[in-house]
Amino acid sequence: MLRDITIGQYYPADSCIHKMDPRVKILATFVYITALFIVKHFVAYTYIIAFIAGTILLSKVPLGYIVRGLKPLFLIILFTFAINMFMTKGEILYQIGPLDITKEGLYQAVFMATRLVLLIIGTSLLTLATSPIQLTDGIEKLLNPFKKIGVPAHELAMMMTIALRFIPTLLEETDKIMKAQMARGADFESGNIINRAKSLVPLLVPLFISAFRRADELAMAMEARCYRGGENRTRMKELSLHARDYIGGFITMLILLAVLINRFF
Amino acid sequence: MSIRIENLKHVYNKNTPFETIALDDVTIAIEKGEFIGLIGHTGSGKSTLVQHLNGILKPMSGKIIINGLDITDKKVKLREVRQKVGLVFQYPEHQLFEETVYKDVAFGPINLGLSEEEIDQRVKEAIEWVGLNFDEVKDKSPFELSGGQKRRVAIAGVVAMKPDVLILDEPTAGLDPKARDDILEQIKNLHDRYKMNIILVSHSMEDIARLVDRIVVMHKGKIALIGKPNEVFEKAEFLESLGLGIPQITTLMNRLKNLGIPVRNDIFTIEEAKKEILHWMGRKKC
Repeated sequence: MLRDITIGQYYPADSCIHKMDPRVKILATFVYITALFIVKHFVAYTYIIAFIAGTILLSKVPLGYIVRGLKPLFLIILFTFAINMFMTKGEILYQIGPLDITKEGLYQAVFMATRLVLLIIGTSLLTLATSPIQLTDGIEKLLNPFKKIGVPAHELAMMMTIALRFIPTLLEETDKIMKAQMARGADFESGNIINRAKSLVPLLVPLFISAFRRADELAMAMEARCYRGGENRTRMKELSLHARDYIGGFITMLILLAVLINRFF
Repeated sequence: MSIRIENLKHVYNKNTPFETIALDDVTIAIEKGEFIGLIGHTGSGKSTLVQHLNGILKPMSGKIIINGLDITDKKVKLREVRQKVGLVFQYPEHQLFEETVYKDVAFGPINLGLSEEEIDQRVKEAIEWVGLNFDEVKDKSPFELSGGQKRRVAIAGVVAMKPDVLILDEPTAGLDPKARDDILEQIKNLHDRYKMNIILVSHSMEDIARLVDRIVVMHKGKIALIGKPNEVFEKAEFLESLGLGIPQITTLMNRLKNLGIPVRNDIFTIEEAKKEILHWMGRKKC
């Protein structure tokens, strides 16, 4: 149940998408998101769908894995769909009580839902095909120019690495505590909202305690190894750009260009 | 309570690159009142197996029949199963959450829907049983206790549910030798007093050899050996090939025997060994 969440979960595979430079992948994802929000017609969506489908194929991440990442956000997508469908004025197609389904509303609903789904797929593909370490390396390098104006790039990257690193650990911990409380007869699945919220207390209290304990221990262990930020730190693996990075970046820019042309000409 | 486990199979992360077979065709029959030691290396599937026994994990295939009731059946009420089978997880003190020790131990019995007097009595009994002073600890926060005491409170939380089968997953991990011996002693007392089935999961032969009726050895999700402690320890070399040792004192007796000295080698405690060696030396003098 808890393992359905794929955001921040790395899928190891040997593909050219995995091997790409994380900086390029992060920037490409930003370009992709920008392109997604520029789109005004379904025609332009086909470019984006083709682009993301190609990337998924190249990345060798099974489609089922990506779709599973949509599941926790299914409700939000459904909600957006419903709001758009009922709240847009226009030519009425069908009436349910006080609610009208309009032609424009239906169009808008499908349009928005597609945008959301593509958005989630694109961003989760980034984390599926990039290991957390690479991801934060990339972010750190990208933030480097901002160091001059006082952005603590290294510290931010380190915080993100740690946060990402602990997502699976905390999920595992939650799973374990849940099982242990279930063994003592706790029930997390039935009852009304108030009862359900109450039933979370035996889960959340131990979880917070263990998270604080872990944070404490980690800080101690880092200090014991003389960690003191990014000053003068060197790395074992320096990031470098290869042909595949230029090609990937180029294709992404082409998509953005195509979307722009579709929108404004 | 007799427990029959038939052809149990469990796979973690099915259909992902992380797929692992945790249990593979496990079959065990446990008699009523038996004290079982479940032993195996890290990752051998012992924790996975015990989590099946009270319905927390569902098997991919196979059956678990407890007193004639197949608990893998979908229609079975899990609350009933959990009342019959109590499971103490590894590091159980990590699940403590209430403000007071009393409330924490009462969590299980309250979930069973018992009457107030019944709960009160059970909590008291369970706390006393784990070797803590009820009046002293009942109003304390579980978080101000020492590590060993926390562990005891957590075990009391499961014992208070009065299960017919008590499963303890590494109950002594991370405790000092004194606390370890105390807890093992109390588990033995519980077995002697209530004649309940106990399954003790461990990776230390020393801990379980002198307590249990039978030992189940697991390796890579399969049953490697089942038998009385002396039968299992006769296969010292096989156990060592699985990365498991036999108690040091048993190794000593085995070596003596190999040297041609006529001593028994089904011995797990120093007292017994001392007696046997003195006995042999006495015989030699005559």
